Amino acid sequence: MTAHGVEAHSVEALAASIPDGALVALPPDNSLPSLALAKALIRRGARGLRLLGVPVSGFATDLLVGAGCVAEIQTSAVSLGEAGFAPRFSAALKEGRIVMRDATCPAIHTMLQAAEKGVPFMPLRGLIGSDILAHRPDWRVIDNPFAGGGDPIVLLPALSPDVALFHAVMADRAGNVWVGRRRECATLAHAARRSLVTVERIVEGNLLEDERLAPGTISATYIEAVAVAARGAHPIGLLDEYGADAAYVAAYARAARTREGFDAWLAEHVTGAAAPSLAPLAEVAL
Amino acid sequence: MSIQPEERLAAALARLILDPAAPPARHIAVGAASPIPAAACWLLRKQGHPLRLSLLHRPSGNPFTEGSRELFDLTGQGRIDLFFLGGGQIDGQANINLIGTGDWPGQGVRFPGSFGSAFMYMMTPRTILFREEHSPRVLVERVDHISAPGLSAPGVFRRGTAQALLTGRGLFLFDPARARFTLASAHPGEDAASLRAATGFDYDEPASLPTTPDPTPEELALLRGPVCDEMLETYPEFCARVFARRHQEENAA
Repeated sequence: MTAHGVEAHSVEALAASIPDGALVALPPDNSLPSLALAKALIRRGARGLRLLGVPVSGFATDLLVGAGCVAEIQTSAVSLGEAGFAPRFSAALKEGRIVMRDATCPAIHTMLQAAEKGVPFMPLRGLIGSDILAHRPDWRVIDNPFAGGGDPIVLLPALSPDVALFHAVMADRAGNVWVGRRRECATLAHAARRSLVTVERIVEGNLLEDERLAPGTISATYIEAVAVAARGAHPIGLLDEYGADAAYVAAYARAARTREGFDAWLAEHVTGAAAPSLAPLAEVAL
Repeated sequence: MSIQPEERLAAALARLILDPAAPPARHIAVGAASPIPAAACWLLRKQGHPLRLSLLHRPSGNPFTEGSRELFDLTGQGRIDLFFLGGGQIDGQANINLIGTGDWPGQGVRFPGSFGSAFMYMMTPRTILFREEHSPRVLVERVDHISAPGLSAPGVFRRGTAQALLTGRGLFLFDPARARFTLASAHPGEDAASLRAATGFDYDEPASLPTTPDPTPEELALLRGPVCDEMLETYPEFCARVFARRHQEENAA
């Protein structure tokens, strides 16, 4: 471990550090979700989590909801993509077990950008006339003070998630992580109080000293801890590292139509003795 | 191989995009779960039209390097000319509902959610509404919840609204000044009476209703060849179903 390094932990240790009730930000299925951490949260029996979809929610959210880890979701959509509606989310909403705060994608980006800048709010065009705005008492409409009057515009409050979770391709021993062009993860890391990241591997050298890799790198300034989780995005694809496992998601969507089907799926893939080890649990010295 | 309904819809969307009466479409973004709009855009590209396409859900080669907010930043500036939106419900004033039915937030049937629609519909000069299901439960007199409004009060900033609504059974054009759709054509197998029965909102229709044209042989050849090639990675299920083509990696696996 170097003087400035971020300690590498096990995935389970990262999950253990996330308290019940935390506001947990998750990227969606096209943007580096850490399924390894979502599954570890289920194994640790997390409860009352408030999830933030950045800006929408996918497979990890449906798993966490189905496993009873979630009290509230703020997001712009919940979907399994080509596999259709998210079955456990839909069931939980209908049964009144979760609170849903509907948003719209650019509003979530804007609230995170306000937090990133350290300003209390930011304006955003659009939204006026949408029932999303009508159901968000925390979003305000003001008259644009720079126009001559009669130009209503929405103000959105800054939003700092307690914890951001995502899966990057690699980290170096200084704790910098590389996300390629998925730079919404950088905005998220800038805005969140803590960022916990799983990676495919730890690499030698410093990513920020490589001119080609630096633009896709999030500085260790923003990263609290890293854990190695090989194929930690599976069944979601990871940039050019590996593709999505559509058959796995489709099989999940079929199984999770019922509570019993979901529980059996969870026992096989996440919690049971037969569940595959998702990551090397040995600590990696940085 | 007979003409697939998806192929007819893609060709119809391509004609709408080229409509000379509408604002020019130089840069089109195609969002989540939109294989038919994506096919329409690729068809125009393969026909040689100089169109910039930003496909948001490609697993690789996403056009944005500032994260997914870049689409909305571009659109906020007016640099995206055309976008496609759908809806669990769409009403006669071109309001769309991606939230759900029943009490807020969708205690009846929950739809996935609004995505970026509450912003994109208002900031894009042109929107084509697209929904394959054409039934009274989808095309309603008034949506249960408004994800994004078709029309805005005077003084509310917006660049445009719906140009048209294409369904699996017919094509409507939208007139924002009259806040009303007009039926423009019926797909083969449909007629004025069948579409009236399948539509929950009131609309105008011509005395003689045209049939939506089939794709030309040239369009079909492009769709089944180079367009499908471009779409295999992003929409493998769609390509397998419509074009009977499989991704090479899947064949190898």
